[in-house]
Amino acid sequence: MVERTNRGWQADLRGPGRDDALDDLRSLLVRGLRYALAKYPSVTEADIEDFVQDALLKILDGLDSFRGESRFTTWAQKIAVHEAFTELRRKRWENVSLQDLVTQYEGDFTPTVLTDSAPSPEQEVTQQVLTDVVKRLINEELTEHQRQAMIAIVIAGMPVEEVAHRMGTNRNALYKRLHDARQRLKKRLVAEGISSQDVLAAFGKP
Amino acid sequence: MTRTLEPDMIKRMVYMVLSTRPDEIGCGECLEQLDRFIEMKLAGKNAAEAMPLVQDHLDRCRDCREEFEALLKAVRSLA
Repeated sequence: MVERTNRGWQADLRGPGRDDALDDLRSLLVRGLRYALAKYPSVTEADIEDFVQDALLKILDGLDSFRGESRFTTWAQKIAVHEAFTELRRKRWENVSLQDLVTQYEGDFTPTVLTDSAPSPEQEVTQQVLTDVVKRLINEELTEHQRQAMIAIVIAGMPVEEVAHRMGTNRNALYKRLHDARQRLKKRLVAEGISSQDVLAAFGKP
Repeated sequence: MTRTLEPDMIKRMVYMVLSTRPDEIGCGECLEQLDRFIEMKLAGKNAAEAMPLVQDHLDRCRDCREEFEALLKAVRSLA
């Protein structure tokens, strides 16, 4: 493989050396993704080839946006990793409805007793009080969309990207919207006199 | 079926809310800077100190953290 500088990569991918440069970049990205995704046993070699193919299109499309603040190959690998995870999340969650997921948690907010470290009677009372406050503030402060998104992401573990997709927005916009929601909730929690120390006393370390 | 909110979930939610800071960056800004952050880390520099908002976002966002960890492995493998 030819060693290239950042400028070399950009020039070759735009010029007559494009096919060779694409082959070299493809090999690099495939190798990188094999390591990156090694802990996901369901990912096949064919999946990796597909992720890289999609990434190469994005990389070629976005060549002008590369500002040279890192090595070109690191930047390209970042795009490949992002493509791979977007697709893996889509596949993993494709049959899960946001509505069904959220509904599971909406009715009963009564906490169950921890099985591994049973709380003291005082702790149980504090846990119940905190749970009631959190439930009330969520209902009072958040819009329906924010509430659904927060339950799906924080409690049910759905990726931000997948929730955003179902809500017709993107990951960055949803994160920003939830950040606004958290700021409002924080203000209310502080106004209610609830501090990290209270949570620590009731539930233990985060 | 209705599931119950376990104490651990309430705890996670309250900690997450209480640790909210006004200057957080979103996933887009984090991803934008991730290649630079990783190279700094691999060069043995204190990336968290140099780019605290990226580190803060990675501490909060599971999706971005997952991509960061994977990218770190990929870039290390090419070094």
